[in-house]
Amino acid sequence: MFELLGIPPQALFGQLLLGLINGAFYAMLSLGLAVIFGMLNVINFTHGAQYMMGAFAAWLLLGIFGVPFWVSLVLAPLIVGAFGVVLEKLLLKRIYHLDHLYGFLLTFGLALVIEGLFQWKWGSSGAPYENPIPGGGNLGFMFMPYYRGFVVVAALVICLATWYGIERTRLGAYLRAATENPALVQAFGINVPRLITLTYGLGVGLAALAGVLAAPIQQVSALMGTSLVLVVFAVVVIGGMGSIMGSIVTGFGLGVVEGLTKVFYPPASNTVIFVIMAIVLLIKPAGLFGQTK
Amino acid sequence: MTAQRVGYALLIVLALVAPLFAYPVFLMKALCFALFACAFNLLLGYAGLMSFGHAMFFGMAGYFYGHVVKAWDMAPEAGLLAGVAGAALLGLVTGALAIRRQGIYFAMITLAFAQMVYFFCIQAPFTGGEDGLQGIPRKALLGGLIPTKNDFVLYYVVLAIFLFGYGAIYRSIHSPFGQVLKAIRDNEQRAKSLGYEADRYKLLAFVLSAALAGLAGATKAMVQQFATLTDVAAGTSGEVVLMALVGGLGTIIGPVVGAFIIVTMQNYLASAGEFVLVIQGAIFVVIVLAFRKGVVGELADWWRRRRA
Repeated sequence: MFELLGIPPQALFGQLLLGLINGAFYAMLSLGLAVIFGMLNVINFTHGAQYMMGAFAAWLLLGIFGVPFWVSLVLAPLIVGAFGVVLEKLLLKRIYHLDHLYGFLLTFGLALVIEGLFQWKWGSSGAPYENPIPGGGNLGFMFMPYYRGFVVVAALVICLATWYGIERTRLGAYLRAATENPALVQAFGINVPRLITLTYGLGVGLAALAGVLAAPIQQVSALMGTSLVLVVFAVVVIGGMGSIMGSIVTGFGLGVVEGLTKVFYPPASNTVIFVIMAIVLLIKPAGLFGQTK
Repeated sequence: MTAQRVGYALLIVLALVAPLFAYPVFLMKALCFALFACAFNLLLGYAGLMSFGHAMFFGMAGYFYGHVVKAWDMAPEAGLLAGVAGAALLGLVTGALAIRRQGIYFAMITLAFAQMVYFFCIQAPFTGGEDGLQGIPRKALLGGLIPTKNDFVLYYVVLAIFLFGYGAIYRSIHSPFGQVLKAIRDNEQRAKSLGYEADRYKLLAFVLSAALAGLAGATKAMVQQFATLTDVAAGTSGEVVLMALVGGLGTIIGPVVGAFIIVTMQNYLASAGEFVLVIQGAIFVVIVLAFRKGVVGELADWWRRRRA
């Protein structure tokens, strides 16, 4: 067996895969945050709670109605996305005219309420979700659990589909135009408030979809999104929220960096993303893909 | 102006007799959080900088205090000094980086740094990890003159520390420095065009706020005799925002009122477990949607309307 820098390849590639999976979640979540911020001017602190709700929706659908994973993959994001739409209609739309700060505080409060309620109902210890694709194959240099491979590919497809939808379709063009100048787009006869609602629903749905994908890997628990959303904030600061592709690349890239840190210097693996954030702030304050306005 | 003086005089009398009616340890905890909230509000209310990571100063100062007093066996004054100096230094480093971005990014950056400090505290040997620092001895102050084992005596020490911190904030706000901060908050471009180096002022405000948050955290460790991960966690950062928001952003006394409301609420709801979070979250939502000026701000408005 060969070794790389004194690290056995199984460990190296194993952590690399884990990093890619974490990166997939970072990418999907930061993508949703960026899309929502572009349109609503709100940093959605509820994102972690909505990710958790996605996982819970899949878990409850399976436990109560026996809905299989593959159906939940579609159903759960729709349910949580619809919840997001209600949230936007009832609460968020009241604060668009205020400073960004209030949107941050409002969604922070909502996250506390949602996570608190889930914790009260289901406790804070996690529940397992059965792996829909058990088993794995030997790739020669490492053992690849099928489901983990599937998550990376699925997340990549979802991210690229979102990119295509926003950058290459007519609806996406409306969206980008409304981000630039809502009043003008409204004057052309496009229902901008509805577009805003849909955007929030889409962003929330993306978070929920990430949650469903995470359910079989992590424990489904009320607080699974709490610290994740903080890391995703750092990812967003590093990447900048200006570009969709930028969010995807930064998310996956940072996941891999985190995985490699776990191999070479484990104690820093929790903090490496924040350290990178500090370095990026020193060198390029607007973020790797951001524009200074 | 005189009404304000009468108000302050009444409050000070109230503070002096308070331990006769309420449990001193509770009062001391509330005073520590009140100072913490005032320090936070100096930044948000007067410099317009929203830090969502203030727990890192509060919590780290508690660890510094505990380490100096327990492990190094030094006087409590040295512990308080270490807490303030450590928090100020941490504020200098994180602040210098965070002010490179504006608005909501500033909040996210401070939040991220606080999370980094939290992870550091879990792993660092001197914090005691998950257990925290327990059993920090209460030693006499001023070389043995003031015994602090007695809760009543310690209450007046904590009150003096609080008044010192509050006075420092009051002086800062009502100084030319405070005026420049407000000018930067209202229109940074204009302040810059008048020749003020906005970044330097912002950084100074950040360090000052961090140092005072550190004073509050170190004092809390002195009172409670422990320092734990809770005080560096993101939840505490959120709590201090809530206190300032409930009391009234940009009013000098508001955060004190907010801190007493929230600490009292936590005290009564201690048995409710997860529901404390739900209620705190609901308060956030209601305040942001309906009472953005907070208790003190709304009361002041009402008073002004009545007189007009």
